[in-house]
Amino acid sequence: MNDDNIVVGFVEYVGDPASWTGQDGLLWRILEHSVYTVLALAMAALIALPVGLLIGHTNRGSFLALNIANAGRALPTLGVLILVALATSIDIRPVMVALVLLGVPPILASTYAGIRNVDPDAVDAAVGMGMTGREILWRVEVPIALPLIISGLRAATLQIVSTATIAAIVALGGLGRPLLDSIATREYAQAMAAALLVAALAIAFDLVFAALTRVVVSPGVSGRRVARSRG
Amino acid sequence: MTEVLDYVSQSGDTVLSYLGEHIIMSIVPIGLALCFAIPLGWWAARRPVLTSVLLSMGGIAYSVPSIALFIVLPLVFGYQIISLTNIIVALTIYSTALLVRNVIDGLESVPDDVRLSATALGYGHLGRLLSVELPVAVPVIAAGLRVVTVTNVSMVSVGALIGKGGLGNLFMEGLRSDYMAPIIVGLVLSVLLALSLDGLLVMGQRWLTPWVRVRAGR
Repeated sequence: MNDDNIVVGFVEYVGDPASWTGQDGLLWRILEHSVYTVLALAMAALIALPVGLLIGHTNRGSFLALNIANAGRALPTLGVLILVALATSIDIRPVMVALVLLGVPPILASTYAGIRNVDPDAVDAAVGMGMTGREILWRVEVPIALPLIISGLRAATLQIVSTATIAAIVALGGLGRPLLDSIATREYAQAMAAALLVAALAIAFDLVFAALTRVVVSPGVSGRRVARSRG
Repeated sequence: MTEVLDYVSQSGDTVLSYLGEHIIMSIVPIGLALCFAIPLGWWAARRPVLTSVLLSMGGIAYSVPSIALFIVLPLVFGYQIISLTNIIVALTIYSTALLVRNVIDGLESVPDDVRLSATALGYGHLGRLLSVELPVAVPVIAAGLRVVTVTNVSMVSVGALIGKGGLGNLFMEGLRSDYMAPIIVGLVLSVLLALSLDGLLVMGQRWLTPWVRVRAGR
């Protein structure tokens, strides 16, 4: 097969409306892929954010939690997915376990780092104003740590979107389906389209987070420091 | 547990050869990526436009799933799909994409007065890079290397989907035969490999930056 054929085949495949619609069309695959990603990200965040905030705020148990998270990074997602699939059942659960394990370490590490890196003077000032521990966490530490926390969520999303392709090996859908099928069928045009769509999906999710950063991060934190130091 | 031991005693040789393959496929891309990322990072450091172009390219490369690169790259470059080359090229692309950011950050973390002093001492561009800037940037670059290494070890196993995945082959074997022992062996060895390579990097970093310990001890 030469380059010419791939490109021509790719253009023909993408230009054909039939490739996009129907039960195994690309649009449906994009939707499946997004659902896996959002579900896994939400669960990873539900686990990692509270733990990260807690160990960042109290600075207790951080050594243990961070080391467990780092060892988690070393777990090959493919192996986890297959092991859980054999141990339980072949449905969405093993995929969620594998993707959540992938998402937890970056969110946990950056949430912890974000809270720890808050200027101690700011925390002292909050204590001096009579804030309780809970108020300090939510009204001082979290707002200042938000950019780092969101960057952890972005890193996790990027990895989950790209790894969700392996859901296809336990007979699930998503954009991994056309990719894996192409190994057997040699319909590489389909594989290229799916690969580009995964990348596009990752970029789309990233743009959502970039927009979110603008909306939720206080202008005092995100760079208008000059105005603050003048006062 | 006995199942796992039985499996190891029966197929020890296969497991060892998968492990050897796994080590090669994880380490070679790291070395290659360093060779690409250091010149690229040097070129881009302190050039904001170039930096942001390189970093967005890296971000895009990183968001393409590995299995997609394993399938598409052989079509583009014309080598065999089931080959060490294929996995190594794909992982080199990922590793470089991740490392460039750390090289740039590391080089930019070198204080201006240090660079100026080096210039005043008579270092040329290359000499200053090799004997002043890179050593000072080691902690930041090493942090990136550690992430890249652990990620690579875990990513190599995805290659098993195209029939070349080192320890990942054990996962597929387990899936095909509905047998957990090879999967557990593969997982344990893969994590051990990642953690030992990480340990080696930490030792290497200590050896390269003796001043960090001196400063901490003061």
